[in-house]
Amino acid sequence: MAEDKKDIDEISGVETTGHEWDGIKELNNPLPRWWLWTFYATIIWTIGYTILYPAWPGITGATAGVLGWTSRGQLAEEMQAARAEQSVWLDRIDQAEVTEIAADPELVQFAVAGGSSAFKVYCVQCHGSGAQGSPGYPNLNDDEWIWGGSLEEIAWTIRHGVRYEPDFDTRFNEMPAYGRDDILSRQEISDVAWYVRQISGQEYDEEAAARGAETFEIECSACHGIEGEGVPELGGPALNDAIWLYGGSHEQIVAQINNPQMGVMPAWGERLGETTIKQLAVYVHQLGGGQ
Amino acid sequence: MRNASWVVVLGAGAFVALLGAALGQDQLFRTHMWLLTLVLVLATVVMLRTLRFSPAPAAQIPFKSAQDDVQYMDTVIRYGTIATVFWGVVGFLVGVVVAAQLAWPQLNIEPWFNFGRMRPLHTSAVIFAFGGNALLATSFYVVQRTCRARLWGGDLAWFVFWGYQLFIVLAATGYLLGITAGREYAEPEWYVDLWLTVVWVAYLLVFMGTLMKRKEPHIYVANWFYLAFIVTIAMLHVVNNLAMPVSFLGAKSYSAFAGVQDALTQWWYGHNAVGFFLTAGFLGMMYYFVPKQANRPIYSYRLSIIHFWALIFLYIWAGPHHLHYTALPDWAQTLGMVFSVMLWMPSWGGMINGLMTLSGAWDKLRTDPILRMMVIAVAFYGMSTFEGPMMSIKAVNSLSHYTDWTIGHVHSGALGWVGMISFGAVYFLVPKLWQRQRLYSLRMVNWHFWLATLGIVLYAAVMWVAGIQQGLMWREYNDQGFLVYSFAESVAAMHPYYVLRTVGGLLYLTGGLIMAFNIYMTIRGYQRDEIAMGEEAPAPGTVSQPAE
Repeated sequence: MAEDKKDIDEISGVETTGHEWDGIKELNNPLPRWWLWTFYATIIWTIGYTILYPAWPGITGATAGVLGWTSRGQLAEEMQAARAEQSVWLDRIDQAEVTEIAADPELVQFAVAGGSSAFKVYCVQCHGSGAQGSPGYPNLNDDEWIWGGSLEEIAWTIRHGVRYEPDFDTRFNEMPAYGRDDILSRQEISDVAWYVRQISGQEYDEEAAARGAETFEIECSACHGIEGEGVPELGGPALNDAIWLYGGSHEQIVAQINNPQMGVMPAWGERLGETTIKQLAVYVHQLGGGQ
Repeated sequence: MRNASWVVVLGAGAFVALLGAALGQDQLFRTHMWLLTLVLVLATVVMLRTLRFSPAPAAQIPFKSAQDDVQYMDTVIRYGTIATVFWGVVGFLVGVVVAAQLAWPQLNIEPWFNFGRMRPLHTSAVIFAFGGNALLATSFYVVQRTCRARLWGGDLAWFVFWGYQLFIVLAATGYLLGITAGREYAEPEWYVDLWLTVVWVAYLLVFMGTLMKRKEPHIYVANWFYLAFIVTIAMLHVVNNLAMPVSFLGAKSYSAFAGVQDALTQWWYGHNAVGFFLTAGFLGMMYYFVPKQANRPIYSYRLSIIHFWALIFLYIWAGPHHLHYTALPDWAQTLGMVFSVMLWMPSWGGMINGLMTLSGAWDKLRTDPILRMMVIAVAFYGMSTFEGPMMSIKAVNSLSHYTDWTIGHVHSGALGWVGMISFGAVYFLVPKLWQRQRLYSLRMVNWHFWLATLGIVLYAAVMWVAGIQQGLMWREYNDQGFLVYSFAESVAAMHPYYVLRTVGGLLYLTGGLIMAFNIYMTIRGYQRDEIAMGEEAPAPGTVSQPAE
């Protein structure tokens, strides 16, 4: 096609560039003005923004921006502001014993809100959104407390964890593996499991339970109580109710006596700080079963 | 004897794979090598069967028509088109499955079909298998037509096609076996990455070679975009996957990068995979198929050249916006954000050129569902390239990041732009490639159009609501200054949205299945007896005229 001859598109009346590929031509329309000006505007905005904020890298560092803004600085500011808003309450909680907090209705209100929030972040993974627990993780809404249900005891458990070895003050006990270590015979384990079924008010084998009662008194009552009512000082759970950590069927009880599962809870004291621990204790205590 | 050398190469490859299977240092690698051996042995057998030892006329290879390969090399494009449709349906199906797994976790079938393995299977199937084949096939088609030159390199184009399919099979089976490099959108391990590098260099050679021997004085804009896509993906792929294998006979490797440098490398790759694979490549597709289907000239040459260079210059810097409010230094976050904002207009240049090319042809939308598909693709492109820069702004990102809004954004781009423009191209290509007068059914294209559009709208709208709700729940404080919701509560709140999202995906999959049937019937040479688009069904009682 001759360069000097103009090729005009009939429909739009616009000149083409004169090239053609497989039947495709190109119109020689200018850049849409609004497009161009918007593009320029974004570039100008970029220049302004990068002057104000940290942006252009050099050899040893980057420009810091005239506003002196940093994301860490912003975070610190926001944390400080949040802290300042709560400080009246937090300071009072800091200085009060956990029992004093519980005795002050105003503080309780704040502590329960704070404890609930912390619980949602740190505790729900094991204990559930409603603190209802799940197999192997205790329900915190009931009045059975493995390690005691008073405010101080709950706070201690949260602070130091359970069987959490890095913490010297952690709650610790160990149930013997009666079957695995050949302390009791299979028959004896089965019998004592039937006895546990009996004291927990479930269906049971009378003969076997009668045999198991004696074994229970010798082997189990020291930690679980004469009546199976539990010994919180030793972390021995109550067995005479319908609350089960690892299941209450005969088979599950046998499994637990044979080779016990023993859960671990991390110590939260260092990680969360005493103020949050106190709030958590107050929150958990008021869930329903605090003593 | 044309294929004799391929038989030798494939046979040797099968033997090497067998050695890998025998000497592999871990179970996963051995299993993977067994799979590779099986694939290569099958391929060898297939090739052996095409061999003719007597000097007879060339063997009748399926899909090969008489005048084929006289002027243009189209057989490989036919294969590529079928692969596009096949992988598309597979990818959409896996997408529906993973969406359902999120709504109903019981559907996670351990270990091979859990979400963790199915998710990369979905993303790779739709991006690399469906999108990649669409780009391969259309780029081979477009570059030949617009250069008036046959593909350079002879059988090299075949190597690219089959080599790429092998990459897809190795990647997909690897994911399900549990082999992963753990890099988003780049999950294949080192040996599969190496293989893709070889294939990609061959692709670059074929494409460049064809451009070099073109008979047109200028290079058409579609080819700029295709070339930018091929070159940049090569660079991104190599750098992002730099790694040291634990053993040269083992599946595991460790990245050359660590910490925040690794995060930035991954998002430099990930964002530009979107920019150059899913944007530049498909813009190349748009620049050929929209003017062809509308039969109108491109709106503005000047706009195409300015937005092309602006797009490829700016896109490469925008990756850090994926790492706002992380350990990434503030200055890099700023740059990621401002480059994303500057990218808005260059992206829209493609939309303007696509839509304005229709001026003088808007009436065709009434009767041409293929053109309608392309137009809705460009519209979704415009929407998601506005949404992207907006979400890269830190204030918006602090709400949207880590929520399902991001998933919705990606899908309005992927389903709306990439999917629809590819469907349009496939519908354009198939009658031409198989020398059919028209598609089996235009009305089925219309059904596909509406199902897909509804699916996308449902998907995107639901994910907006879900994402914004998630973001608001995570940052909800009560008046005492405490967080209101636990994370698990925000997960539980997503259930209805996840169910609806699955429905959106199902609609889209149904459209894909209709397309597969339509394409199959077209290739078989059938034409559905139907009333033309835009015409009413004859009123009851009127006597219809018999056709001719």
